[in-house]
Amino acid sequence: MTKTITDVICPFCGTLCDDLIVTTDDEGKKIVDVENACAIGAEKFISASNHQHRKTRPRKLQEDGSFKEITYDEAVEYTAQMLVNAKKPSMYGWSSTSCEAQSVGHEIAELCGALVDNTAAVCHGTTLVAVQNVGIPSCTLGEVKNRADRIIFWGCNPAHAHPRHMSRYSIFPRGYFTGKGQKQRKIIVVDPRPTDTAGIADVHLQVEQGYDYELLQALRAAVRGQEISGDIVAGVPKEKVYEAAEMLKSGRFGVIFFGMGVTQSLGKDHNIDAAIMLTSDLNNYTKFSIIAMRGHYNVTGSGQVLGWQFGFPYSVDLSRGFARYNPGETGTIEVLKRKEIDAMFVLGSDPGAHFPMQCVKEISRLPSVAVDPHITPTTEICKVHVPVAFVGVEVGGNCYRMDNVPIEARKVVEPPEGMMTDTEFLKAVLKRVKELRAD
Amino acid sequence: MSTISINLISGRTIQQGASMEGGKDTEKYMKACGIIEIDDSDFKRLDIMKNTNVKVKSEFGEVVVKAIEATQGPHPGVAFIPMGPWANSVTSPETYSTGMPTFKGVPITIEPAEKERVLTSIELVREKCRGDE
Repeated sequence: MTKTITDVICPFCGTLCDDLIVTTDDEGKKIVDVENACAIGAEKFISASNHQHRKTRPRKLQEDGSFKEITYDEAVEYTAQMLVNAKKPSMYGWSSTSCEAQSVGHEIAELCGALVDNTAAVCHGTTLVAVQNVGIPSCTLGEVKNRADRIIFWGCNPAHAHPRHMSRYSIFPRGYFTGKGQKQRKIIVVDPRPTDTAGIADVHLQVEQGYDYELLQALRAAVRGQEISGDIVAGVPKEKVYEAAEMLKSGRFGVIFFGMGVTQSLGKDHNIDAAIMLTSDLNNYTKFSIIAMRGHYNVTGSGQVLGWQFGFPYSVDLSRGFARYNPGETGTIEVLKRKEIDAMFVLGSDPGAHFPMQCVKEISRLPSVAVDPHITPTTEICKVHVPVAFVGVEVGGNCYRMDNVPIEARKVVEPPEGMMTDTEFLKAVLKRVKELRAD
Repeated sequence: MSTISINLISGRTIQQGASMEGGKDTEKYMKACGIIEIDDSDFKRLDIMKNTNVKVKSEFGEVVVKAIEATQGPHPGVAFIPMGPWANSVTSPETYSTGMPTFKGVPITIEPAEKERVLTSIELVREKCRGDE
């Protein structure tokens, strides 16, 4: 007899869908069906349950490039020795794990004088800088669903990156004040490509790549009724800018969702400054909010936990015995480029696939540990790979949605026998680090 | 056949996301991410057939990927590689003191490389890091 588990949280993207239905076999060991999830979320559950493709014990890289299986105790010892002996280790990742694990990791980092950084470093880091620059008028996704009738997707493509965002919150759902769903909403997409999201928008502003700042400022001018000089701004005819401005002002409640198109393009945090100031300006005419489309399911949680423990949301340097923060200096990309760290610990992220290759090469040179359920480019270049149970599938834990709402992820199946969770592994490392420090 | 200059951006696709969760060591991941999406007009400028392997070069590195017609296009002057080690072989690590690399807006050249093979993600990082393909 199969078992059905309802209201399962999806541990893929920052949308953190909480309505999945997972069916397991009668022993609760294998997932046989996943309902309500997007293609990516379903693949995550199904692939986690396929134990044949997984490593279930830690592995150590050998001289000849092959891996040799080691015990969890040996992996704990290697990790603790590496972190204690390093002058300036980096502890990076934290976005695909629970807040509980993050908290234990930060305690280790404090004891070892490490740099702690999460995937905002290559994602929404510049957003966090901009929020510190100019503040952020924001709201929850529940308010978006129930109230918003004007939606902007700027430099983001939820049809591909947050597949159920549009159906659960931003375009299609019928809410308390938005009973007609999509018919009641006007959608504007700003993207240099006519993306699949742009295909369902009322207005697509095909901005010239890298010119988001100009377009944002032109839109601010248009909202204020000021004259825009020139016929074309950032590749967009000025009539379309005026049309978009009027559309935004005429709404009752609007939201700007923005993504990597603005955070990673030239201008970086200044692009977000401008987007937040546009939101602020629009509040002179109607109600407007802005929300970052966070990628990993718990990158927001990492920012929260770091925030309440050290006062800064990412790129925290504890090497001097107190928390310092200056992303242009203490960010993981920067310290790898400057060859400034002497050990690398990665958990809940894959910098091997998602960092520029110059930084990946530097990681491969260092003593390094990668804690990840999957085989990834990172686990293949690190000296030790520690496979762990999947958070949100094989172990529960607290996570934060992109709008900073905490949601408790649930366990649906047992992990392969004898596998540690990341919290268990980190606690074992912490215990050993304390012993080594006492000596 | 000729070499063209173009502006590169990278980003997520649903195929990239699903194949990543299925395993980055799989061929499916390589097929989803070891590609470059360009417009029809760019194929004409390159004078190559669609689905031909090409070599992408920037001042930061080079990589072989398969050129396919833009799935979300046209986007004149812009080429797209899904996020992953192929895109990151040529992307800009320059952060302009923000900590954030410039993953979007990298000047690249594309040239035909029909006889060269697209590496899997694991082969690619190993080759770049250890030179032991």
